[in-house]
Amino acid sequence: MKTAVLTKVFPTRSHTVAAQGGVAASLGNSTEDNWHWHMYDTVKGSDWLGDQDAIEFMCKKANEVVVELEHYGMPFDRTDDGKIYQRPFGGHSMNYGQAPVMRSCAAADRTGHAMLHALYQRNVRANTQFFVEWMALDLIRDADGDVLGVTAMEMETGEVSIFHAKATIFATGGAGRIYFSSTNAFINTGDGVGMAARAGVPLEDMEFWQFHPTGVAGAGVLITEGVRGEGGILRNSAGERFMERYAPNLKDLASRDVVSRAMTTEINEGRGCGPDKDHVLLDITHLAPENIMKRLPGIREISIQFAGIDPIKAPIPVVPTCHYQMGGIPTNYKGQVVVPQGENNNAPVRGFYAAGECACASVHGANRLGTNSLLDLLVFGKSAGETVVEDFERGDLSLKPLPEDAADASLARLARLENQKNGESVHEVRLAMQRTMQKHAGVFRFNTLLKEGVDAILAVAERAKNTEIADKSQVWNTARMEALELDNLIEVAKATMISAEARKESRGAHVRDDALDNAETPNGRDDANWLKHTLWYSEDNRLAYKPVNLKPMSDDVEPIALAKRTY
Amino acid sequence: MSINRGRVRWHCRRALLELDIVFERFLARDFDRLGDDQLADLVDLLQLEDYDLWAMVNGSKPCEVERWKGLVALLRQA
Repeated sequence: MKTAVLTKVFPTRSHTVAAQGGVAASLGNSTEDNWHWHMYDTVKGSDWLGDQDAIEFMCKKANEVVVELEHYGMPFDRTDDGKIYQRPFGGHSMNYGQAPVMRSCAAADRTGHAMLHALYQRNVRANTQFFVEWMALDLIRDADGDVLGVTAMEMETGEVSIFHAKATIFATGGAGRIYFSSTNAFINTGDGVGMAARAGVPLEDMEFWQFHPTGVAGAGVLITEGVRGEGGILRNSAGERFMERYAPNLKDLASRDVVSRAMTTEINEGRGCGPDKDHVLLDITHLAPENIMKRLPGIREISIQFAGIDPIKAPIPVVPTCHYQMGGIPTNYKGQVVVPQGENNNAPVRGFYAAGECACASVHGANRLGTNSLLDLLVFGKSAGETVVEDFERGDLSLKPLPEDAADASLARLARLENQKNGESVHEVRLAMQRTMQKHAGVFRFNTLLKEGVDAILAVAERAKNTEIADKSQVWNTARMEALELDNLIEVAKATMISAEARKESRGAHVRDDALDNAETPNGRDDANWLKHTLWYSEDNRLAYKPVNLKPMSDDVEPIALAKRTY
Repeated sequence: MSINRGRVRWHCRRALLELDIVFERFLARDFDRLGDDQLADLVDLLQLEDYDLWAMVNGSKPCEVERWKGLVALLRQA
């Protein structure tokens, strides 16, 4: 079996580099732990939208993949007696929520970076053929719906080729750039998610996005919670310490979602700061300058660099910032892409697999726990690879003949871009999309804004069909790349807005102001009507739903029963 | 062999948002004015790992390669 990896940037420059927190595994090296507790935490974290078979699989496999990575040379931090050191992380507990547990395995603050390097070296060892700086364009499916590979453009020449494959695995990451304020690198344009959507594969649970409360306004770069821990205060346009109204006890140190929603309410009610009243201020000017220099030097540097503000003298403009995509291409625990077919809600698409942030297994459900994202990509990346081998050995995969029109869709997209006259600027359309998403489908959601948002994003999507680029050169044409990336982003944006408008409850990261918190719908969560996965189809923007799998994989594992999510 | 500017521009896409933003400003303001020698130095600088490059750009780690210092100064101003 030959393996080719297509990647638009050098493999070790993927956004996984930015993952610092670590990878969860119940090794029990620092405190007592077991995978049942990890499973409970993950189901609860997901607000019961995660599939319990996939969650059981992931938590059970965690130790194996972490130890395997260690054997590949991953430089994990160590305890004094040489074991992998583990540290605590939000949402992870021992004995079913009783006390914090030390479950995160990290390599200093460069876990994702070290992981990418370790796995890249394994690929070099295995003679994987890398096609670096190739942009995948479209998925190729035949009349049976089977996936036969992708079309892709070599950036150095601008030439389009067909990669005819028995199996295609997507590990293409998330699309956090659909939002105006995002912690994601510019490469996170949801390329695989957009390709899948255009090829008729529905996208699952795209209304669920994780936000961090304090990203620098206009830039997205994170300001750590530690700033508020040191005494930082959030203020609105009147200079009011507004968190006193929302969380009288914890004030600025309330949990991430509470702070994010309070900030959004202030902005939506006209008390935001700046000419567009679109952010609030994080004030540390009352702290002693020597303490800021000593305890928060990195934050001062970020503020000066990205907000043009020295926080010793003036407050930092901040806004809730998009961080992680919980939904994606629907997959099962084996990494197979699954779609509804007749009575079967989860029929595998022959030849198509996905893992990581682009996929929805679904283990994160409505809300991801920190350190579970690196675990997701390790476990389901490996599982997808193993399933390809199994499917191949069973004779399920073959090099089926390509349909005659295999490259037509991609060539038509490129020709349209080449010949577009009096079209729209890619930059302007992308900005319109990002502002629409930020305003209408942000961290705290309102019925009217969502309804208006659907019309607004569909209007932006129409504009995206007419983008024009001035530079028509074939070689290293970055303007063309950005136009192609926008095609992918816009699919994700539509999926998010339409799915979010339809879900009339609060669950995990999807929080509506009109979802009442009472005995029947705790925290606004309406299990009677909404304990189900959303599926969005690009072709006609229709929605379908499928049940959440509340049954673990093993008969001897008890399901985690529905309960109100409180910490 | 001459260096393709589009290629260098693409290599300014990084794994960290902090660097993306710095390079976005640098590309808009300074990139087109770079001479061939500076462009060659930039190609080398871009080979660095993202965290090492970011440490140099944010000043937490000194730039010890003489011919990179001018570029790093431009990036710090960006």
